[in-house]
Order: sequence, then structure tokens, then C-alpha cells
Amino acid sequence: MKKTLFDKIWDAHVVDSIEKGPQVLYIDKHLIHEVTSPQAFNELKERGIPIFRPDQIVATADHNTPTIDQHLPVKDALSRNQLEQLSKNCKENGITLYELGHQYNGIVHVMAPELGITQPGMTMVCGDSHTSTHGAFGTIAFGIGTSQVAQVFASQCLLLKKPKSLRVTVNGTLKKGVLPKDVILYIISQIGTNAGTGYFCEYAGEVFENMSMEGRMTVCNMSIEMGARGGMIAPDETTFEYIKGRKFAPQGEDFDKKVAEWKTLPTDEGAIFDKEYTFDAADIAPMVTYGTNPGMGIKITENIPEQESVSFQKSLEYMDFKAGESLINKPINYVFIGSCTNSRIEDFRVAANFIKGKQKAANVTAWLVPGSKQVEAQIVEEGLKDIFENAGFQLRQPGCSACLAMNDDKIPKGEYCVSTSNRNFEGRQGQGARTILASPLVAAATAVEGKIIDITKHLN
Amino acid sequence: MEKFTTLVSKAIPLPIENIDTDQIIPARFLKATDKSGFGDNVFRDWRFDKSGAANTDFVLNSPTYSGSILIAGDNFGCGSSREHAAWALVGYGFKAIVSSFFADIFKGNALNNGLLPVQVSEKFLKVLMNAVQENPEVEIKIDLEMQVISIEGTDLFENFEIDPYKKTCMMNGYDDIDYLVSKKEKIEAYEALKI
Repeated sequence: MKKTLFDKIWDAHVVDSIEKGPQVLYIDKHLIHEVTSPQAFNELKERGIPIFRPDQIVATADHNTPTIDQHLPVKDALSRNQLEQLSKNCKENGITLYELGHQYNGIVHVMAPELGITQPGMTMVCGDSHTSTHGAFGTIAFGIGTSQVAQVFASQCLLLKKPKSLRVTVNGTLKKGVLPKDVILYIISQIGTNAGTGYFCEYAGEVFENMSMEGRMTVCNMSIEMGARGGMIAPDETTFEYIKGRKFAPQGEDFDKKVAEWKTLPTDEGAIFDKEYTFDAADIAPMVTYGTNPGMGIKITENIPEQESVSFQKSLEYMDFKAGESLINKPINYVFIGSCTNSRIEDFRVAANFIKGKQKAANVTAWLVPGSKQVEAQIVEEGLKDIFENAGFQLRQPGCSACLAMNDDKIPKGEYCVSTSNRNFEGRQGQGARTILASPLVAAATAVEGKIIDITKHLN
Repeated sequence: MEKFTTLVSKAIPLPIENIDTDQIIPARFLKATDKSGFGDNVFRDWRFDKSGAANTDFVLNSPTYSGSILIAGDNFGCGSSREHAAWALVGYGFKAIVSSFFADIFKGNALNNGLLPVQVSEKFLKVLMNAVQENPEVEIKIDLEMQVISIEGTDLFENFEIDPYKKTCMMNGYDDIDYLVSKKEKIEAYEALKI
């Protein structure tokens, strides 16, 4: 039978099946962080169950960490306690932890790929819905709840029903100024926030084949915003090239052997998907969101659509936008470039390239938050930090930061923030804050102009 | 985990679509390291304004409605995987959530905490929503064994689906950990073969 990329990996990880019920799926790598793991550690402790495979778990501190003065003790007592709890739990159980300040510390979905922990053909989980990011490597990766974190701790397995398969194909060439973020925001705006629920999504076609690993991660990251538990892209030379030589990647002959194995993973010609969508790259433009879910996106040159529903009205009311209006020239006081969606080196290169030789608008507070210590170091090394500082920007330290505003990086009530993160939910970036999702290019342009501009007219 | 067999209760209507887990429990309340206390902050920013005063327009603050069933709009629980959302709803006193569609991760988290997600048709969701809004005293019955949700005192009902394994777990208060730990030998055999 012809198999999809997803089928091949899933089927190879089934340990057992319950008749008419779920399957026992083996998990190769389990990533954990401070927010969704403490209750799972407690659960096992209370039940007297040991951690089954501590060597297959990697921990980082990211959600609840400050992005300035990381060398000082964390001020907020609750946050500090949560971080201390993570350190204690990892130490007691022999789990590798890249804690605050460690050279490998960073957002879990930035740190693991850059260390070569994420590899094609694996099953990976983390108590975080954006675990779908790792699917960029041809990996089955998905977010889980804390009860499931405890299950993986106890057995390195999960009980799951095999999801249905979905393929989104985008062929053609992207227009200038259209970034991977625009591609995924466009897809979600077309198919909606629950089109993928119950499915695992494969992205296929020329656009993804020609995309860098950073771009693929941005796309797969937001699969959950269309409801899909995970998204994945077939591994190819771009994938192998990215992994080669990374710290935890197989080395030498082992690497060559693995590559031969990985080359068998792509979906067989003629394999059947339960659902398919196809788009043309030429139809995609720089995107912005105008509402309170990631499906409420428009091309930057379009006007906000009209809709009758109560939820739609409530959303526009929250954003203080009117149906029919354009977002171009909207004054913006906050810009956030960061999050597991867009905080990799490529994102900062795009931003620096636009910002170079310009100045940040006086009205704008901009937070530039690298995804990891390694990204931070590379920003310095490539001279991007100087570009940012000369333009009046300040680079912060790595973490999830204003994407979910668990730490002090909160957007004030009523303010708009053009953000490269993944969710524009009410209050996501702070109580009463209004989020406009966009690419790092649109975010950088907004920071320079102090308002949203039609970026398509500003590309040289 | 508490057992769930049959529930008869009044219900609280919340006819909003795409209620995400950031609304159910905002991120700033995720700093605890145990599962208790989240109920106090369920729907925090809809229930209270920034100064902490109760928002009287919000249904959970309305003296008209009460009960342990929440009836909510389509695509309930989308967004973040935080199980704190399920803990918050259970902590507040909900035992079942009724919607025409649930996000994947939330649905699993709810089932793992004895909170029953009941998925009904869009049509029946409207029927339920109207019935409760017209008569807040009306009781809804959820019979898990028969997989039926009905409006007491009427002949209005609908069957609902649930994974048979999860149904057994809910009805007996089992969770997945015991089952998975009991599979240790098979898991080790898999590891010996594959890794």
C-alpha cells in the first residue's frame, strides 16, 4: 500500500493496539519546560512511578523567564519557584536541562532543532502546542497536556488514536516580500482555525521544497492554529544539510546511514490523503491579522471583511477595528519580533536588512527577542546587533517573552502590537492588548515607520 | 480521577465561538506547580475587569444561571495545550462541556481530568442554547453509558460519540498511566527491536 510520510513514521512507532481503541505510540524524544511539567513530576512521585527513560528527555526554561538581566535572580517569586522546581526535578531524575543562562538555553522549539536533537523519522512531544514546529524535519511532533507528559514520563509512550491525514500543497514562486509567515497566515485565513482538527498535516509543493529550514519551522509551527495537531514537511537535502554537524546529530558514517534511512520517508507517489487543499504561490501576499484568532487574516492591502456573527463583532470590538477599513497607516506603538514562530537567525536577518540605515520610530517600543542563546550569539557575530542598536533598537535575551506575556514583557491595555508570534487571542500579549500577527519584515517596517505600511511598495 | 456516569444539571450558556484556552485561563496564572486553585481564575479576563471588579455582563457572574454544564460555541478549547484550562473548569465546578466542536488537545486534557466533552450537532447546540436561555431552570441530562444528551421534561435529545476506551476510563475513573505502565514488557521489547 502507498504510504504517506506520516503513516510511515506512525506505523513504525506503534508498540501495541487496543481493539477498537487507541494505539500505544512510542515517543523518541520528550521535550519539557517549566510550566507544563511540575504537575506531571508530582503525579509520578505521588504514585511511586520512576521516570522510565530520562535519557530521552531534554529540558529548557523558556516560558516564564525574564528577557533582561538573566544573570540576576528572577524577581517574580512564583516564576522563580517554577524555575527552581524544574531544576530540582531534572536533577533528581537525571534529565538534561539547559537552564537560564546556559549556552544552549532557549525556546524549546528553537533550541532542540539547532542542537540537532530534532531529526527526521522521530516521534517527539512536548507540553506545548507549538511542538508542531519540529515537523519541519519530517518528524511526527505534537503538543500534549500535562497528564500526557506524566504518561510519557512513566512509559515513554502515549495512548492515541491515529489522526486523519491532510495535505496542503502550494506550488509556484512566492512574490518578493512574501515570507513563510505570510504563507501560513494565508493558508489559515483560507481554510479556518479548525479545518485541521483531527488531522496531521503535510505541507507539499515547490514553495516548501524551496524554503529554508527556518521557514519550514515557521510554517509547521502554526499548524495548530488551523487545529492540526501537527504539520510536517518531507525531509530532503535542505534538511540533511541543516542537521549535519550539529551537536546531537549522528556523525560521520552514522550520519550517512541515517540519511539513507531518511530518504525513504517522503510520501509515496499516489498515496491517498483524507483531505487536500491546493494553493497557488502567486495568490499569496504579505499578511496581517485584524481579529482575535489567527484565521482572521487579510493581505496587507485588503480591507477588513464584513461578517454578521456575534463572535466576529465581538472580535472587531475588542480590536477597535471596523469592518471595511484598511490597516495601512494605523499607528502602532509596540512591535515584537520573537517567539517560537519567528525568532531564528533568518528572521533577524530579514529585520536587520530592512532596518539597516534607518531609525526606529520615536513612538514605538520594540522588543527584539532571540529564540535562543545560540541565535543571540549569531546575531552578534553577524553584526546584526550593531545594525539594531544603531537604529535605536535594543536586543533582549532569549525566551517566549511577549508571545504569551507570562513574564514582564506585557503589551499595555488597548495598545496595538505588530507581532511575529503565533496567536492574536484576546489578552494573549497582556490584559486588553491587541495583537496584529505579521512577518518579521512587516514587523520591522512597522517599527521604523511607527505605523503599518504597504510593504509591497517599499521593496527595492 | 472522578467517575462520570450520569449527570443531571442546570447549564450555563456561553454562545461564543473559538473560545481559546488563553480565555479559559490566561498565561499569567500558569505559574503554580500544583493543580489546585485554577478555578478561581477561570475566564478571568471575561469575569473581572483589570481592577478586579466583577463584570456583571458575563454569564458566570449572572445570578440567573448556574449548574455544572457549560454550553459553548463551536471550536471550544482551541489554542494552547495548557491542561490548566481543564483544571480551571473542573476547579470551578464544571463536569461537562457541550459544544458543536472541540479542539483536539483540549478534548484529551478534559477526558484525562474527568471533564466530559459532549460534541453535539450545530442544530442541537442551538436547541440547547435556546432552551437554557429561555428557561435557565431547565435541566440537561447527560447519560454517558447510553451516550445521550437530553433536555429534561421534553422529548428533545441527541446521541453523542465518544471513544469506547475513553468512555470506559471516564465511567470507571481510570487514567492512562496504569495501562501504559502495565505494558512495560511490550515497550521494552519494542525498544530492543527498534532502537
